[in-house]
Amino acid sequence: MIEVTDLYKEFNGTPVLKGISTTFEKGKTSMIIGQSGSGKTVFLKCLLGLHIPEQGEICFDGRNQTQLGIKARRQLRQEIGMVFQGGALYDSLTVEENIMFPLKMFTNNTSAEMLKRVNFVLERVNLSNVNNRFPAEISGGMQKRVAIARAIVMKPKYLFCDEPNSGLDPNTATVIDNLIQEITKEYQIITVINSHDMNSVMEIGEKIVFLKDGVKAWEGTNKEIFKTENEAIVNFVYSSNLFKKVREVYLNETK
Amino acid sequence: MNYLEHIGKYFIMLKQVFRKPQKWSVFRETLFREIEDLGLKSLGIIMFISFFVGGVVAIQTALNVDSPFIPKYLIGFATKRSMILEFAPTFMSVILAGKVGSYISSSIGTMRVTEQIDALEVMGINSLNYLVLPKIIATLFFYPILIVLAMFLGIYGGYVAGILTGRFFSEDYIYGIQLDFDPYFVRYALIKTLVFAFVIATIPAYHGYYVKGGSLEVGRASTQAVVWTSVVIILLNYFLTQMLLG
Repeated sequence: MIEVTDLYKEFNGTPVLKGISTTFEKGKTSMIIGQSGSGKTVFLKCLLGLHIPEQGEICFDGRNQTQLGIKARRQLRQEIGMVFQGGALYDSLTVEENIMFPLKMFTNNTSAEMLKRVNFVLERVNLSNVNNRFPAEISGGMQKRVAIARAIVMKPKYLFCDEPNSGLDPNTATVIDNLIQEITKEYQIITVINSHDMNSVMEIGEKIVFLKDGVKAWEGTNKEIFKTENEAIVNFVYSSNLFKKVREVYLNETK
Repeated sequence: MNYLEHIGKYFIMLKQVFRKPQKWSVFRETLFREIEDLGLKSLGIIMFISFFVGGVVAIQTALNVDSPFIPKYLIGFATKRSMILEFAPTFMSVILAGKVGSYISSSIGTMRVTEQIDALEVMGINSLNYLVLPKIIATLFFYPILIVLAMFLGIYGGYVAGILTGRFFSEDYIYGIQLDFDPYFVRYALIKTLVFAFVIATIPAYHGYYVKGGSLEVGRASTQAVVWTSVVIILLNYFLTQMLLG
């Protein structure tokens, strides 16, 4: 479990996160949502240890990440898989080399063993015949899948995704969502997704944390989001007419 | 940010760079790639420039020593001294600061703005050590070779220029380049080259690594990296000359 307690982060005296507390559980897909500038990315970067919070605790199965030394933090990071918004694949390496990179860095496996693992994860994300292509030579959706493959190649305990669907067409976005959810269930990992995409939130958000102006304004599941009367989240989620209708239909059906 | 803050941050960066590589096999692989990118790919431009600079130095010296009282072998002597003491180590280093410095700064800067450096950090990799140390070792290893080559080609360029223009005899030129040869000058040039190589690898890396923003900022960082690397090379050249020859 990841337990976040009273997390506070500021930049040049301007508070961005104001005392956030929440938990993320094993085998569940948790989502952080909120308007642009609400502090989602800063929150995710604090969880990853890329930003050091001024106050608060982030415990990964009892290990307080904010108190760890450089070596222990690097050790913890080897248990983390991350899918960046733009993929963050290394331009100079092929798809195969990109995925093999963490294995080369942290294992003593033979080349054959590493290749076997790379092919396994590529197959897991439904990609084939792309091993020797460079990131610039494949589509955005494929890049996201390669990024997921790289994130899970070391069998992480924790998977973080920053806007995994941004810039993708609805079909590909659904494929990526399902893939992340399947991987979460299959490997029983803790998955935290930072997203704007309401389709994803409704589809796979088993736990939703809504941030507004740096505070946690609401927390619940994708079922509860339909019933909530919380004004902040209702205004955010149901800002489009389509979702208003969906909500009405859902509420009528469940009356 | 003031200059002192930049200097402090630069040295803090170096502290992270000079750590034991996390995996020697990966480090070796990266080192060979950097030798190719930063060294071998600069061979052509260094050969071309040094050959013609040597030619120009020889012709200009010949034009200025047309008095019958000044021996013609001074042209070869002056070309040799100019190439070994200044043109090869300093002039070529400034050229390399432009070519390699902008490459280092923009490649690391692009990695920063596309979150590739964050990806390294999230994996538990010391990104500064992984990205910058191989560049430093590659430049320290390869640039002395490049500069010695530039010395030879510059002196040879002077010889070819003399033959083609007919401004001096080849015998005089060869006598001039052999006259009063002091190996210490080559050592002095190589010491300067090593210092400049370190500067060429680290200052652009600093500018690239700490870039914030997008592609425009990467471009700006690249320009700043070249400017500051050149300024530091020129300043260090002055102090090193004072210390080693003064």
